[in-house]
Amino acid sequence: MAADGDFAARAHAALGNAEVRANFRRAMDGLMAKRAAQFTDPQAWAQTRARGAAIKRRVLARLPELLERLEARCEANGIRVHWAETTGDANRIVLGILQEAGARTVVKGKSMVSEEMHLNAFLDRHGITAVESDLGEYIIQLAGEMPSHIVMPCIHKNKGDIARLFAEHIEGQGYTEDVAELTAAARRVLRSKFAAADAGISGVNFAVAETGTLVLIENEGNGRLSTTLPPLHIAVTGIEKLVETLDDIPPLLALLPRSATGQAVTTYVNMISGPRRDGEKDGPRAVHLVLLDNGRSRVYADAELRDTLRCIRCGACMNHCPVYARVGGHTYDAVYPGPIGKILTPQLAGLDAAGDLPHASSLCNACVEVCPVQIPIADILVRLRREAVRPSDTPAVKGAGAKRAPLEALAWAAWRWMYATPALYRLGSRLMARFGNRIPERLPPLNRWTGVRTRPRFAGRTLHDLARDKGYDDA
Amino acid sequence: MPANPTPPAERPHTVYYFGTCLVDLFYPEAGLAGMELLRREGLRVVFPQDQSCCGQPARNTGLFEEARAVARTQFRAFPEPWPIIVPSGSCAGMMRVHYPQLFADEPDRAEAEAFAARVYELTWFLVHALDVRLRDTGEPVRVTWHPSCHSMREMGVTDEPKRLLRSLANVELVENPRERECCGFGGTFSVRQPEVSGAMVADKIAAVSATGAAEMLTGDCGCLMNIDGAMSKAGTPMGRRHIAEFLMERCHGR
Repeated sequence: MAADGDFAARAHAALGNAEVRANFRRAMDGLMAKRAAQFTDPQAWAQTRARGAAIKRRVLARLPELLERLEARCEANGIRVHWAETTGDANRIVLGILQEAGARTVVKGKSMVSEEMHLNAFLDRHGITAVESDLGEYIIQLAGEMPSHIVMPCIHKNKGDIARLFAEHIEGQGYTEDVAELTAAARRVLRSKFAAADAGISGVNFAVAETGTLVLIENEGNGRLSTTLPPLHIAVTGIEKLVETLDDIPPLLALLPRSATGQAVTTYVNMISGPRRDGEKDGPRAVHLVLLDNGRSRVYADAELRDTLRCIRCGACMNHCPVYARVGGHTYDAVYPGPIGKILTPQLAGLDAAGDLPHASSLCNACVEVCPVQIPIADILVRLRREAVRPSDTPAVKGAGAKRAPLEALAWAAWRWMYATPALYRLGSRLMARFGNRIPERLPPLNRWTGVRTRPRFAGRTLHDLARDKGYDDA
Repeated sequence: MPANPTPPAERPHTVYYFGTCLVDLFYPEAGLAGMELLRREGLRVVFPQDQSCCGQPARNTGLFEEARAVARTQFRAFPEPWPIIVPSGSCAGMMRVHYPQLFADEPDRAEAEAFAARVYELTWFLVHALDVRLRDTGEPVRVTWHPSCHSMREMGVTDEPKRLLRSLANVELVENPRERECCGFGGTFSVRQPEVSGAMVADKIAAVSATGAAEMLTGDCGCLMNIDGAMSKAGTPMGRRHIAEFLMERCHGR
C-alpha cells in the first residue's frame, strides 16, 4: 500500500511544531478529564446516549416528512424557510436576503455550516463585512485561519499567540497575556459590532419540527446578541439538525455540553421561535432559516452511512482521538476535522477529493466509545475505505473507486489466495518464518515501518510447526 | 460496541486455539504459552493446522470479498462446536464482532454468527470460563499493562488481565495513566501514516517507561510488535512480552 500523501505531508509539518502539539495535548487532556467527570456512572451514561441515539435515529427515519413539517411550522411562526442544495445556493440565498434588506455589516454567531459555505469570504467579495462574535472564531478570523476544532475553533493557539494577534489587530491594544484583559479587549470591539450590525447570522443546534423552534446553545452570550440585536437574523443549518418534538431537546442537552466541554449546561440556551411580534420591544424584525443539503441527502440515502447524520457536533470524538491530539485540526484540511470529519468530509466532498482521510485512523474506537449518539465511526471509516477502492456505476459515495490501485489489488489477490488455501499458507508461512529476515529493509512497506522501529523478527519456525511438535491435536 | 460475551454454560473439555497470523510468524512462543496455560487447566487444546488469519487486514482495507474468503477458510478449519480461544483481543474482535457484519448479506450468515459466538479472548476466558488460580513462583517484579484498543472496546476485556497479574504474589502491577490510548499500530495505519503512528508509539513508550516497571505486558501481538520494535530502535531497556508467556514463566517455570 502507498503511504497516504496529503494527510501524511500535512501531519509531518504538524508533528514538527512542538508548540502546537503541546497546545493540543494540554487542551485535549483537559477536555477528556472534564467529560469523564460528567459521566461517572457507566450505566447512566449508556442509557443517556442510547436515548440520544434513539431520538436522532427516529427523526432520520422520517426526515423528509419532518423537514416539511418544520418548514410549515417555521413559516407559521413568521420564519422564512429557504432550501439550498449546494453551498453556492446557500451563499446566494444569504446574500440575496442581506441585499434586499440593504445590509452592509453582519455579526455572526458560531456556525460550522457557514464555515462549510465559506460564507465570510463570499460576503466579503460582495461588499458585505461579516464579523465573527464567538471569541474563538473572532481570534481565527483575525488570524485568517480555519477553525481547528468544531467547538473550540482556536484551540491550537495559546495565550501568547492571541496576545500577539490582538496587539497587531485591535487599535490601542498593547501586548498582554492577561486573559481577563484579552477577553475585555475582544468584548469592547465586539460590543460596538453588535450594536451597529445590520444583520446577525447564526447556526442552529436543533431545529424542532413540531414547533418550528430553533435551539441555539452557547456560553458567551454572543449567540443571543447576534440573533436578537440586529433587525435581521439569518440562521443557517444542515438538514440533519432536525428533531421531532420539544421533548427531544432535554435528553440531547443532557449529552451535548457534557460531551463537548464537560459542562452540565451551557450558559445560554436560546429558543428562537420567530421575529419580533407586535408590541414586543426587542428581537429581529425578520428571521430566515436556510436549510443546507450539500450532499447530506446522498448520505441519507444509504442505510449504513445515514448514521453519520446523527452527529450533534459535540467534538468529543476529536477530543479523544489519538491522531487528532497529535496532528491538530488543520492537518485534516477540512471544515470538520477529527473522526467525525474523517467520515463526513469524504461523503460531502467525495472520495476522489478526500479519500485518504478514512485511512488516517488506527481504528482504535476511542471516538466510538465516547460518541453521545453512538455513531459507529470506525465501521463507517472501513465502509468508506471499501467504497474508495470499489468503482461502481451507482456509487453510494461520490468518487467511489477513486483510490483503486491495480498493483495493490494484485497484492491483495495474492494475499487472499495464500491465506484462503491452508496448504499454501503453511508452506508460505514456513518459508517466511525461515527466510523473512532476509527481506531487504528498503522495500515497502518495511521501509515505512523502520523509521521509528526495528524490523519485526521472523521467528524461524511457525506456531503451526511448534504446536504439531508439542503434540497438540489438529482436530 | 463491546461484545460482553457470556462464558460457555459448562466448563468445556476441549477448546480450539486460533493462534493468529502475527503470532504464527513473529511470536510463536507467546502462542504456545497460551496453549500451555489452557492445557494446564486440564483442557484438551486443539490447534487446527488449516487455520491462517482472521481476515482483519483485508477487512480494514475495505476488501470485504477477500476478508470473507479468508474467514470462510477459518469456518472450515474449526468445524466442532468448541470454544475458540484467541491470544489477541484484536483478532478475536474481528471474528466475534465483525464476522456477523461482514456476512450480514451472505448465504453463510448463520455459520458466521455461530462461529463468532464461540470466540473468546484468552485472558477473559481464563478468568470467566476457567476461574484460574495462579501460583506465583517468581522473584519480585514490577510490571505495567498495555491493553489493546480492540480487547477493551470490541471484546469488552477490561480488568481481566490485570486481575490475573494482581493474583500473583510477587508481581506488582503499576498502571500507567495513558493506558487506554492507542499505541499507534492499527495494522496498515502504521505504514500508511508512519509519522503519526511513530508519534503515538513514542508517547506510549514514554508512558509505560514512566511507571518504573521492569516489564510491559500486553495481550496483543500487533501492539507488541509495534511497541517492541520502537523500544528496540530507541534503546529502551524495559522488557516487553505477551502476558501468556509471562504467566507461564511465573507459574510454571518456563
